[in-house]
Amino acid sequence: MCGIAGVYNQKNGVPDHIILRRMLHLLHHRGPDEFGIYLSTGIGLAHARLSIIDLSTGQQPMCNEDGTLWITFNGEIFNYIELREDLVSRGHQFSTMSDTEVILHLYEEKRSGALEDLNGQFAFAIWDENRKELFLARDRMGIRPLFYARIGSDLVFGSEVKAIFAHPGISRKIDSVALDDIFTFWLPLSPKTTFDGIYEVPPAHSLTINEHGERLARYWDLPEEADPPGLHDQAYYAEALRELMIDSTRLQLRSDVPVGAYLSGGLDSSVIASLIRHYTSSPLRTFSIRFEDPEFDEGDKQKIMSDYLETEHSDFRCGYGDIAGAFAKVIWHTETPILRTAPVPLYLLSKLVRENSYKVVLTGEGADEILAGYDLFKEAKVRRFMEASPESRLRPLLLNKLYPYLKNSPTRSAAYAKVFFDAPVSPFSADYHSHAPRWNMTSMIKAFYSRDLREEVASSNAPERVARFFLFGEGAKRMDPLTWSQEIEIKTLLPSYLLSSQGDRMLMGNSVEGRFPFLDHRVVEFAMRIPPNIRMKGLTEKYILRKSMEGLLPREIKQMIKQPYRAPDAKSFLGIAGGELAQEMLSPDCISRKGYFDPIHTERLVKKCRKSSATGFKDNMAFIGILSTQILDQLFIRDFSPGEEIQVDRIRFVGRQKPV
Amino acid sequence: MDLASEIRNFIVENFLFGDSTAQLGEDESLLQKGLIDSTGILEVVSFIEEKFGITVQDDELVPDNLDSIGAIANYVMRKQGVKT
Repeated sequence: MCGIAGVYNQKNGVPDHIILRRMLHLLHHRGPDEFGIYLSTGIGLAHARLSIIDLSTGQQPMCNEDGTLWITFNGEIFNYIELREDLVSRGHQFSTMSDTEVILHLYEEKRSGALEDLNGQFAFAIWDENRKELFLARDRMGIRPLFYARIGSDLVFGSEVKAIFAHPGISRKIDSVALDDIFTFWLPLSPKTTFDGIYEVPPAHSLTINEHGERLARYWDLPEEADPPGLHDQAYYAEALRELMIDSTRLQLRSDVPVGAYLSGGLDSSVIASLIRHYTSSPLRTFSIRFEDPEFDEGDKQKIMSDYLETEHSDFRCGYGDIAGAFAKVIWHTETPILRTAPVPLYLLSKLVRENSYKVVLTGEGADEILAGYDLFKEAKVRRFMEASPESRLRPLLLNKLYPYLKNSPTRSAAYAKVFFDAPVSPFSADYHSHAPRWNMTSMIKAFYSRDLREEVASSNAPERVARFFLFGEGAKRMDPLTWSQEIEIKTLLPSYLLSSQGDRMLMGNSVEGRFPFLDHRVVEFAMRIPPNIRMKGLTEKYILRKSMEGLLPREIKQMIKQPYRAPDAKSFLGIAGGELAQEMLSPDCISRKGYFDPIHTERLVKKCRKSSATGFKDNMAFIGILSTQILDQLFIRDFSPGEEIQVDRIRFVGRQKPV
Repeated sequence: MDLASEIRNFIVENFLFGDSTAQLGEDESLLQKGLIDSTGILEVVSFIEEKFGITVQDDELVPDNLDSIGAIANYVMRKQGVKT
């Protein structure tokens, strides 16, 4: 796992090595072990390495046999051993044992078609010296990041936006429409990012650039349809899922350093840990977050699992002060406003992993999306059921089955719940029935916009933007409602919030690589083909997964109802040590100066959060959203400085051009 | 100040964050208007319980009683009438 960066010049200039060295400095948390730069006419490629596979010869940027192709690569190709054997049998000469070299030889042979053979989590750039062509590509689910921007005749790219800001030509500005996306969907709709003029290569896409222009192409997508009900029986799906999960977990344990696992106390991470214990010979080292506040703590369930699997276990106990104390650092890594503090404990957890000398962890991320685990899917099902018979007095009672873990549940009163889920009149089309309640509630934060921000976003609206993002016509409607709502989740929240702000960035902030066996594309394709009536059976979420784990999990864990991972929000910043930054950033003066929000409304919100303990989702989201936007502006717009460069003697320079 | 005004002040202060320019009719649904989320209802309940010395029973926790300024005022008056 690593950080990558580069500059392409369409007019065949040689990029300035000082810019590349600054980029490496800004990315060094992603790869503190080694640095490399390739310079040639038209291109500069940079690489910061966290050594995990082929520790002795895997240095990058790396070239093929004749030096015509150069690569800088972040991530892992899990099936590299099998791919290498094939390539060798077809006559390719290898000089390392790395997965990186496998991509190069495969690209020689198949060009962009190589992507279809890769099983992994990756972002890379390949430079073709003969064609003078740059090829950027990103994994199917969006696990590893890749951003880019154009400035004059340069195209600048990097694993994180901060590296792109090292280029002196790039201006730094928060994009108002992206902010409006975040205050609706929790994320900027890809390929936009929070910053004006900075884009991402979307998941499952490649971008090819040469002197004639550029081409963005999708190379993979979710299956279009699920199997018809009854094609196979439940036992078949459960068994096949278990076999696939065993295989993906085995593949993802490939590493030349020891691998750990997260135990959240929930079903998904328990599945991964159990598969490691039962089907591999890897030693099992596990890590957890606990909370001082019992409302959020899941320590009892973590203990059940670590005892059951007899793992060597460590946990980090998170208090309110810890969240306030690490918040600004977390925003430096998320590079985007967030609406809840949940990323912070994950950042502190990866720190614990690193302190225990582990560089790689497996987690259960992705299971809820592909196997239908979220409350949102259940809630949508109940709402559809209620709407089919609006006069029924009994159907709304089903709502009581939702959210049993919430202290302030919307379903405490059935009569209220019915109206709550009917309300309010939604601006989103019926195609977004499942997501409209979340997006409507989040949109309430817009009441805090300053007059300027309100005017800047007036000409664009979120319902049209999301419709454009999905660009669907008949295709989506052919799909059953559950599969379609999962697809919405898999293409928005999963890559652009969970795998980034709560995933890659929180892990790499402490130089730890996350691996996600549920997101092996074979597992994803299989899961999305399970007939929807058994993917979620009645209101039992992840039904087939539970069935597939018969005998491999303690009963308490297997029967457990999904409880989302949450952390304390506004309460973390009010009236405790470490909250000073929040106080300063939310002061009317600072709010006015930055200009995104209304100072009077914000002051009242802070006052309300301070005095009331019954603060709801909406107020908490507004509080964290405003605070993180303020801090983001401070870190990336006001105070940003490209800083120093990595010293020349720490960098391995390759290629014809060397700095003098 | 009459009952309805006190309730209106509370709603404006707590759910509109003092944005008194937003028009809010006496009988407008707080849910339909998107002003109140799930915990908002509980905030309304604890406000009227403290302020007017009444106790909201579980079966009274229905939109007919609590979903507009007018409805809340009527509900509180009914409860106070019963008490005295």
